[in-house]
Amino acid sequence: MTVSNLKQSRPDTAKPKINWSRVEEADNFAKTVKLYRQGKYDEASFRRFRLQHGAYGTRMTGDYAMVRIKIPAGEIYPNQLEKISQLSEQFSIGSAHFSTRENIQLHWVVLEDVSEIFRGLTEVGLTSREACGNTIRNVMCSPLSGACPDEEFDSTPYALAIARFFLRNPMVQNLPRKFKFNFTCCEKHGMVRMVDVGLIPQIREVDGTTQRGFKIFLGGGLGNKSFVGYQLEEFTPEEDLVYTSMAVLRIFDRLGDRKNMARNRMRYLVNDMGWEKFQNLVLKERAIVRATQSVITQLEVVHTPNEIKRPIRITDESGTSITDGYARWLKTNTVKQKQANYHSIFITLEAGDITASQLNALADLIRDFSSEGKARFGFVQNVALRYVHEDDLPRLYSNLLESGLAKSGALTMTAPIGCSGTTSCNLALTNSHRLAKEIQRKLLELKFDEDDDLSDSSIKISGCPNSCGQHGIATIGFFGGGGRVGKDMYANYQMSLGGRSDGDTMLGLTCLRVPAKRVIPVILKIIELFKQNKKSDDTLQSWIHRVVNNNEDSEIKSINDIKKVLEPLTIPPTKEEDPDFYLDYGDDTSYHTKTGKGECAA
Amino acid sequence: MRCLTDSGKITTDIDSLRSEIRDKSVRVIDVRREDDYKQDHIPTAVNLPLATLLSDDSPENVLKLMNTMGIDSETSVVVYDDTFGALASRVAWTFEYLGHSDVTLLETTYSNWKSLELESDSKIPEIQHKEHTLNLQPNILATADYLQSAKERNDVILIDNRERLNFLEQHIPGAISLPYRTLATKDKILRPKDDMKRLLENRGITENSEIITYCGSVGTLSGLAYYALKSAGLPNTKLYVRSFKEWKNLQKPTEKQEDASYWDLSAE
Repeated sequence: MTVSNLKQSRPDTAKPKINWSRVEEADNFAKTVKLYRQGKYDEASFRRFRLQHGAYGTRMTGDYAMVRIKIPAGEIYPNQLEKISQLSEQFSIGSAHFSTRENIQLHWVVLEDVSEIFRGLTEVGLTSREACGNTIRNVMCSPLSGACPDEEFDSTPYALAIARFFLRNPMVQNLPRKFKFNFTCCEKHGMVRMVDVGLIPQIREVDGTTQRGFKIFLGGGLGNKSFVGYQLEEFTPEEDLVYTSMAVLRIFDRLGDRKNMARNRMRYLVNDMGWEKFQNLVLKERAIVRATQSVITQLEVVHTPNEIKRPIRITDESGTSITDGYARWLKTNTVKQKQANYHSIFITLEAGDITASQLNALADLIRDFSSEGKARFGFVQNVALRYVHEDDLPRLYSNLLESGLAKSGALTMTAPIGCSGTTSCNLALTNSHRLAKEIQRKLLELKFDEDDDLSDSSIKISGCPNSCGQHGIATIGFFGGGGRVGKDMYANYQMSLGGRSDGDTMLGLTCLRVPAKRVIPVILKIIELFKQNKKSDDTLQSWIHRVVNNNEDSEIKSINDIKKVLEPLTIPPTKEEDPDFYLDYGDDTSYHTKTGKGECAA
Repeated sequence: MRCLTDSGKITTDIDSLRSEIRDKSVRVIDVRREDDYKQDHIPTAVNLPLATLLSDDSPENVLKLMNTMGIDSETSVVVYDDTFGALASRVAWTFEYLGHSDVTLLETTYSNWKSLELESDSKIPEIQHKEHTLNLQPNILATADYLQSAKERNDVILIDNRERLNFLEQHIPGAISLPYRTLATKDKILRPKDDMKRLLENRGITENSEIITYCGSVGTLSGLAYYALKSAGLPNTKLYVRSFKEWKNLQKPTEKQEDASYWDLSAE
């Protein structure tokens, strides 16, 4: 059967409900690029304009850009994936990249083609507007919102409403720095304390009636210096969501540091001012905002429930044999939903990279298997298909295998995060991206995804001290830099241990520097130490948590003890002994640090 | 309704081709492999696998091939393939180079033709031999020597039609990257004219320039680009038919995007 025949037999595909795009922005971008090339637009203003539209600079060149497409609340539809697939082949490298913030990125795009991508995106209602720059970045929502057994209600409609309210809103077009909202389902699937505004849905009862609201955390964030967010108040009722958000943004806009680029995220303001003072200011500002709206300002929260309809089987493959690896995949990639008989299944991609043809395959799989007809981006460069009926799981697995999307371990430590690193980023010092892929291949080869002790741990890697790879909240985190033996340099990572982003959020503690080519042996050694010293119900995460908090009573009592064991592994050999040591992953020339100008703060 | 290349028409749409086949007013050429052709093809089509043409694409030999396919200077020719039009373009360009102006590309691929459930059969037509005259058109060909000197001129734009990663890794100095996938839409081998024009204009590729296209080895992807540019109203276009393979064999200078490990971003 040909492809187009199959397509014709899928008539009732879910279509996006919100159009985030504006075609005039494509025309305007094309015109502005021309003016810029003619020298009629200065460098700094152009950069600001470009970032506001979601086009980021590229490593060592002004001729290419990275287009960051926002997927608000992480909700993506099949036709949108197909369009992105096509755009990646036409204007990028034939692959796209899933980020940690529910964006999908197209790299190495010719600057003059960026407007063509915008134009293509308008056909499916997507935008990259305000995906970069000093404004509100993509509004995230937990991939399990609406399906999580532990949530009090589905926060997705609120995440979409906030995204809609602030996109292109004049009040957030020129903030001191970027600003991020994360909605979640429950504490466990959070990331709410590591962001400017983090929200957990809550229900409370007042005089016999239930009221929806949120636990709101403010002033957290990962970066060169990371902070854990504070809870604003016991309970913020849903009607106060918009006022609270506006109040926080007004304070940040007014008082945030506009001079010192390295210290102008809101968390520094909170830290400098002190939480109590900041908290007071927010509550006061909220009262003013609420009282001074000349028209009633409220969010457009669309509560129409998703249509849940199990897709009709197109071909009868009764007797599909259960393939090898199915049990492993089922265990490490799927979650039971609160809805009976339905599962959410997670697809892990090596460092978030997916080919154009896999994007098309994913679109077909959504149509064939997801009863909600769309997919959800996750927090770890991954994607989830939800509302998959349990009877369909074996068939889905064999379909995923065919498309190379059935890699196991999606919900375990074997799926590390790696930012884009030296593959495209101006700031990167190391190839964190490739390192993440190498680690994943090694850990899967060792079948560590099947080890229950390792499932709640994480490995996250950034290519520089900034935290795009979120190393600070990893059980084992790494950020890149350069090491040196005499005149010879090598890629070197600072390793931290014990970071987490759940109810016990804490930042990992610095352990030691590990050369790139020793990272895998060091990870394996840590696991070995854990296995030797664990208590029967320990996981790697709980064991490391005790160690870094000095509560462990085995021979490994502190992070320093771990360091002592690992140190011998990190001693650089001479270049004659091991020339490969001096090459970073993915590079056959001697390592040297080289960076361009960063644009996070531009 | 179909016009000649000279009057700007580059592709033939499906309906026109079907009626021309009924009128017996066209020579259809299938450039897929012989096995595929034998299985089924567009009715009345003759087979000219691209490999056959490439094994000896000297004008004398191609002329012989054309004669055996019953093509003379007056014959209207439509070429198709199943490789997004790239192989068909290489054949069409060769015919054009020999002086056959009435050649167009089918607007879509054979797979798409089949998926629309249009007619096909496995009959091999009987062909009456014809005599084509040779009238070489060197103005549409770029040789390595020509390219070397031309690319120093300000009014010449060199376009590389390989995929982006291949371009970043190595290309002819001064070339710009326009991957072949950019030229097509989902079901047509070429974008609509206005779309193509806008895209090229954004890139500063305009009719004031002489344009030379090249790709990896035999001028297929860049052959498609040659027709894409013509379809957008840029007639002053040449194909560097021996492409990057020859350029490298001649050990001419190349250029690379340095200091970035872009290959590691690919999920292939």
